Amino acid sequence: MVAKTREAEWIGHIVRIHADKDQTAFAELFRHFAPRVKAFLMKSGADAALAEECTQEVMATLWHKAHMFDPARASVATWIFTIARNRKIDMLRKQRRPEPEDLPWGPEQEPDQADVMALQQESARLGQALSRLPEKQRELVEKAYFGDLSHSEIAAETGLPLGTIKSRIRLALEKLRHEMK
Amino acid sequence: MRNGTIKHHLSDAMLMAYSAGTLPEAFSLAVATHVSMCDECRARLASFESVGGALLEDCGDVAVADDSLAQTLSRISNGASQPIMASAPVADAIFPAPLRDYVGGDADAVRWKPVGGGVRQAVLKTSSDATARLLYIPSGTAVPDHGHEGSELTLVLQGAFRDEHDLFARGDVEMADEEMHHTPIAEGDEDCICLAVTDAPLRFNALLPRVAQRFMGI
Repeated sequence: MVAKTREAEWIGHIVRIHADKDQTAFAELFRHFAPRVKAFLMKSGADAALAEECTQEVMATLWHKAHMFDPARASVATWIFTIARNRKIDMLRKQRRPEPEDLPWGPEQEPDQADVMALQQESARLGQALSRLPEKQRELVEKAYFGDLSHSEIAAETGLPLGTIKSRIRLALEKLRHEMK
Repeated sequence: MRNGTIKHHLSDAMLMAYSAGTLPEAFSLAVATHVSMCDECRARLASFESVGGALLEDCGDVAVADDSLAQTLSRISNGASQPIMASAPVADAIFPAPLRDYVGGDADAVRWKPVGGGVRQAVLKTSSDATARLLYIPSGTAVPDHGHEGSELTLVLQGAFRDEHDLFARGDVEMADEEMHHTPIAEGDEDCICLAVTDAPLRFNALLPRVAQRFMGI
């Protein structure tokens, strides 16, 4: 048994929310993630009141969809990010979000522990790689994810030429790929 | 439904914008439809979503309301809204689930309208910042030469087409920008069905289609 990482604890919390309706586990996840979700929504253009309401809905969705979380496919932070992103599209942009078909499930429902571990290690490395990006590249990647802006809107906001933005983001992705090898 | 022979994939920029949630609905529909058919892009999309997760983890925090947790728990006990689930795959369907949701069925449910030269189209209802349409191009028929005011993404769902650049078969994606003029011709045994998404109206270069464009909302 490997020492429990924080990610393994989060995963355990989600399992307990699903299996035992465990409010203590939920409260711990809430303490960590709700302020981050709120920050994400405010960076995306929501005012404080809307972001607060949206955050509560995102965290309530986490509770209701706990049975769908698959730690072999996404980290807890990634899963919560996708819930928050979908809520943002619905609430801020008032658009539908077409989602890909679910992959057909095999007979084995239980995620493979080796896959879960591998994904945890990769997520940790990705976080480190992102934090090592040059400031200018990291800033643009953040804007692309959080600002709810297309590349040309980022160009208008930052005053940078579109080509510069595209090439900085491309460089950032190349660096991330290199570090993830 | 999934297809291991896809050669033309979504760009990084497109997958990143889809995972960030910044694409117009029509483009999101094309991405979701392609990813339903393409395991490679599904895996790449997962890595772009991981970037979103890592950024969320590291984006700082904003204090929530004092009673935020209590409010959330009461939302939960009130059995708050259940989000709509993606539909399950259907064996032998031509359209993947996200596209079937917009059509209201598979290829046989599309309400085609002729646009000249044997080509038919059906505009799908999405938000107005971009347009999604299905095109039906009989084998051997050309889609009139057209330039684009914005970018155009074409996804093949049945049959194949060839243009000046390459051959595009089921699952393949072609991205065209403003400068590109191309004349796709459907080829092969089957008629070609494509999902074409544009962020500006198509500009056909022949007179008749331009008139059609004005009257038929191409």
